[in-house]
Amino acid sequence: MSSLSRDEVARVAGLARIDLTPAELDRLAGELDVIVESVARVSEIATPDVPATSHPLPLTNVFRPDVPVPTVDRDAVLAAAPAAQDGKFLVPQILGEDA
Amino acid sequence: MSDLTRLSAAALAERLRSGEVSSVEATRAHLDRIAAVDGAVHAFLHVSDEDALATAADIDARRAAGEELHLLAGVPIAVKDVVVTKGVPTTAGSRILEGWLPPYDATLVGRIKAAGLPILGKTNMDEFAMGSSTEHSAYGNTHNPWDLTRIPGGSGGGSAAAVAAYEAPLAIGTDTGGSIRQPAAVTGSVGVKPTYGSVSRYGLIALASSLDQAGPVTRTVLDSALLHELIGGHDPLDSTSIAEPLPDLVGAARLGANRDLSGVRVGVITELQGEGYQPGVLARFHESLELLQRAGAQVVEVSCPHFTYALAAYYLILPAEASSNLAKFDGMRFGLRVEPSEGPVTAERVMGATRGQGFGDEVKRRIILGTYALSAGYYDAYYGSAQKVRTLIQRDFAAAFEQADVLVSPTAPTTAFKLGEKLDDPLAMYLNDVATIPANLAGVPGLSLPSGLSDDGLPAGFQVLAPAKADDRLYRVGAALEALLEDEWGGPLLAQAPELEVAR
Repeated sequence: MSSLSRDEVARVAGLARIDLTPAELDRLAGELDVIVESVARVSEIATPDVPATSHPLPLTNVFRPDVPVPTVDRDAVLAAAPAAQDGKFLVPQILGEDA
Repeated sequence: MSDLTRLSAAALAERLRSGEVSSVEATRAHLDRIAAVDGAVHAFLHVSDEDALATAADIDARRAAGEELHLLAGVPIAVKDVVVTKGVPTTAGSRILEGWLPPYDATLVGRIKAAGLPILGKTNMDEFAMGSSTEHSAYGNTHNPWDLTRIPGGSGGGSAAAVAAYEAPLAIGTDTGGSIRQPAAVTGSVGVKPTYGSVSRYGLIALASSLDQAGPVTRTVLDSALLHELIGGHDPLDSTSIAEPLPDLVGAARLGANRDLSGVRVGVITELQGEGYQPGVLARFHESLELLQRAGAQVVEVSCPHFTYALAAYYLILPAEASSNLAKFDGMRFGLRVEPSEGPVTAERVMGATRGQGFGDEVKRRIILGTYALSAGYYDAYYGSAQKVRTLIQRDFAAAFEQADVLVSPTAPTTAFKLGEKLDDPLAMYLNDVATIPANLAGVPGLSLPSGLSDDGLPAGFQVLAPAKADDRLYRVGAALEALLEDEWGGPLLAQAPELEVAR
């Protein structure tokens, strides 16, 4: 099992979309390396014959009648948003190139 | 008039029904208590004085008019801040949700409101329920009412401290790996993690969806049963909620209180004792076992060999699910939005800046760990293996419940530690949940009640586990042990807690 380098933590933080300061990166790299080493012991008993479980109780798919029901009030949702305009969320530009 | 804040919820409900006390008086008494002690305890992030008193007045009027009301109508309650409450600030202990007013109620909040319980406010917690000490809250520490220099447990330290400090007779917690039971243990209170699916998760800000479960936080086992029956049961809005009626939980608690456990098989889990457990915690545990035996229970030792891998599996499964659940905090639809200080203001860069500034250390640690565990090349070794361990733990439980009706262990390996003591050592912090995590991985219910004071004079907890959907067994055994212990102590353990200094 590989250990978690500072560069690797920076790469994964990028995937998770979390900006980290250099000081945070230094600290997290050390801490995560210790944690990963500790949790990696799960592979000791996870042999191929053991099936994986994703959920505590067995479940089948759940349906409801195909009947429209009221949704949460749009104005109340937008009132709690960082920015809204014309009844929609107002978000930053999606693409990175110059406008 | 005696101090209304010292009554159990059941006793207070009785006085409300008889007309001896009004809900406004009871609610006011708790709001006054909050004003007097919460400066020191800091169990609450938000207090809803006006709403609570308005609900209380409404219940008093309806009772006076002869309306048939819920058993707990008029009894005040506190709600953990991870549960959304319409129009009332809900932060989950995070800066990223500071000032957010949810546009809807969680199902369990809807049920509390329909039953007419005044909601006193929202309680402090580790950010997004990640922690065992409430020190990861973005809004300051909660202090243990037994010793204000110590942690109240976590993540639901606010709810546990609120009931232990007589600021509320009832509170709501959520338990993903022990966040109801471990705080109960270290504050001398009672907490129950119901069977997964027993209580709707609709309106809980999800941490790990396959592990999260809301439940009661109280001072007595009967009060937990009453609250569990109120908030539990099927909810079409949560597709993982169990579409069957709850067992008779209150009946089981009342049955247990007669102190007879004849024929009940109690399994002591070999792997959840010994090394790492404080001697005083183990001593109280073994004394409790003797009491159960004297009440007619048959005590057997059971082995759950894979439990020693539960902590490792949990700290892969939880971060993996959390990294996915917390992706919604992107600065677009709710909560904080931070624009990068330089360069183009694109959605992706806003997301990185918002999360970098809005999340605390533990949340960053776990999201990055989860993202790593799910990333290409590592998935099989980490997340895939953890899911297999989950199967092995479920098999351990199944085998153990062949031999015993309930399983027992100390709830937490130690009593409350000092604030700051484990903050810089994430692994040491994670070990607090070593005995509570297996129940979440298997979906089975668990209860913690006080077992006495350890050598350091601080409360220890006794955990009871039952098979899925057999939550009633927790209440029967829990109520029996509570009654037997209180016979020995001459009253509730919390009566031995030092009186908090009252601010004027």
